[in-house]
Amino acid sequence: MGKRSVVPFGPHHPVLPEPIHLDLVLEDETVIEAVPSIGYIHRGLETLVKKKDYKQYVYVVERICGICSFMHGMGYCESIEHVMNVEVPVRAKYLRTIWAELSRIHSHLLWLGLFADAFGFESLFMHSWRLREKILDMFEYSTGGRVIFSVNTVGGVLKDMPNEMLTKFVKMLDEMDGELRKVTGVFLNDYTVNSRLRDVGFLTYEKAWELGAVGPMGKASGLNVDMRQRKYAAYGDLDFTPITSNVGDCYARTDVRIQEIFQSIDLIRQAVAKIPEGPIATDVKGTPNGEYFMRVEQPRGEAVFYTRGNGSMYLDRARIRTPTFANIPALLETLKGAQLADVPLLVLTIDPCISCTER
Amino acid sequence: MANVKRSPWLLHYDGSSCNGCDIEVLACTTPVYDVERFGVVNTGDPFHADIFLITGGINSQNKEVVEQIYSQMPSPKVVVAVGTCACTGGVFKECYNILGGVDTVIPVDIYVPGCAARPESIIDGVVKAVALFQEKADAMDSKK
Amino acid sequence: MENIGGNKIEMTIADLLPKTIAKKEDGWRLSQICSTSLDGKYELSYSFAKDMEYDIFRLVIDHDDVVPSITSVYSAAFLIENELKELFGVKIERIGIDFDNKLYRINEETPFK
Repeated sequence: MGKRSVVPFGPHHPVLPEPIHLDLVLEDETVIEAVPSIGYIHRGLETLVKKKDYKQYVYVVERICGICSFMHGMGYCESIEHVMNVEVPVRAKYLRTIWAELSRIHSHLLWLGLFADAFGFESLFMHSWRLREKILDMFEYSTGGRVIFSVNTVGGVLKDMPNEMLTKFVKMLDEMDGELRKVTGVFLNDYTVNSRLRDVGFLTYEKAWELGAVGPMGKASGLNVDMRQRKYAAYGDLDFTPITSNVGDCYARTDVRIQEIFQSIDLIRQAVAKIPEGPIATDVKGTPNGEYFMRVEQPRGEAVFYTRGNGSMYLDRARIRTPTFANIPALLETLKGAQLADVPLLVLTIDPCISCTER
Repeated sequence: MANVKRSPWLLHYDGSSCNGCDIEVLACTTPVYDVERFGVVNTGDPFHADIFLITGGINSQNKEVVEQIYSQMPSPKVVVAVGTCACTGGVFKECYNILGGVDTVIPVDIYVPGCAARPESIIDGVVKAVALFQEKADAMDSKK
Repeated sequence: MENIGGNKIEMTIADLLPKTIAKKEDGWRLSQICSTSLDGKYELSYSFAKDMEYDIFRLVIDHDDVVPSITSVYSAAFLIENELKELFGVKIERIGIDFDNKLYRINEETPFK
């Protein structure tokens, strides 16, 4: 038996864009246990419901996280809309779906880049981010913003995308296809990359279920946790099969995310073909009174938006359970028995979003 | 240190930002914006860094981390606060755990506004920081 | 029944653990635990998900009531329970990994209470 030692990992670590701290208990180079400590980004923004009314709070929710900003806004608005029994116009639902799927592509490309950086493949990082810029161009073209673009409002969306713009986006995505396949092909087929990803960080189906893993982390272990099957927004009209894998290692998680990129492109294509004409928002009058648990599928997995109104302009409670929060126990499980050199890889493999986790 | 402005090294730390400004800072180092053409290199080590880019406000826990990183950087050093949260606390100013902008704990030289700060304005801030860095280095030389 | 995004099931403190064990044996995963401070009481919602179904255990307790931890059933609940303990001041007994109010390490005491 080797000597035990404790190695601190983070909060400021070159591989982490955001601070999280792990105390790694090592025996030689093998991790025996990992103890997380969080709170470096804790702001306490759920208390802001007492200071901002339910419509202003949309802007706060969008700033929980800059990567899935749009989907946070969408989940919160849909939750309030269910409380208030507001029927959103169909065109608004489709527009939300299109922006949400674009966000998913942007988030997965961002993750692929950071992941490549974590295993030391810097040119792959640059290529993934170069492709991601094209998606950001579409955001900028349609809304004016690049990462936080605030188009959600209770009752619909604030900006319309004309049909010519939508067809142009589909054309741009079609043109990206070849390049995307080339870059993602490196992740899936390259010998060196494969040797870093395969058979690393196993998470079995039973463990994933027991620890409540969501999103690609759960999907790669065979869990059916794709919340888009709940048919919120316009997903009920679109045809898709949730992507799962039954391997459960780092390679499978990469594979699931890459397939989701192409699935999102397909969903956008379907949505653009079916989008009806009409208004983009309904006028919302009155105040929320009641409660609702809204679940949406973010790039990182299931997010739960709980809102509770008391009949005034200010909510009693808004609670956001973000996907990374649910994935941390699964991360600690995969770290057990891993090599110290693989720790950055495993931390990145859950696609951590710490500002989501701590709010 | 006659021409130190040609190769300043950059350190990025995420205070309590929402990630929006972080990914824009990272986007600055990638092909489309490429801040490295000004001689800037992104490093992860405070001991090698000259320019400190910080995003997000200060909360009760990361206060010490920011102070520590700042004290580890060799002089001369320039601090750039990126984004509205780093400048003033922004939308989270009223949250119980936010103390305020970065200037509540360390001196800030350059403020880059925006929510999220656009890559163009971040590059603008970095270019200003590089000039200021040279100025500080010259001032240090003349004292010797 | 009022639709709150799932089925609401009223619960008592004594019933919580046995009913949670039954849920786990039935193949449900723990989705989240949420607390709301209302008129000097806490309203806890334990939600469980199975495929696309959603069940919510609703527990209304006083500030002094002690709730058993469910980490013995779902070990992943330790993060959420530590959060409830630190931010709300809910008294939770025997949490698997107890951070003892040092999870977020905030200066203010129970800001959500």
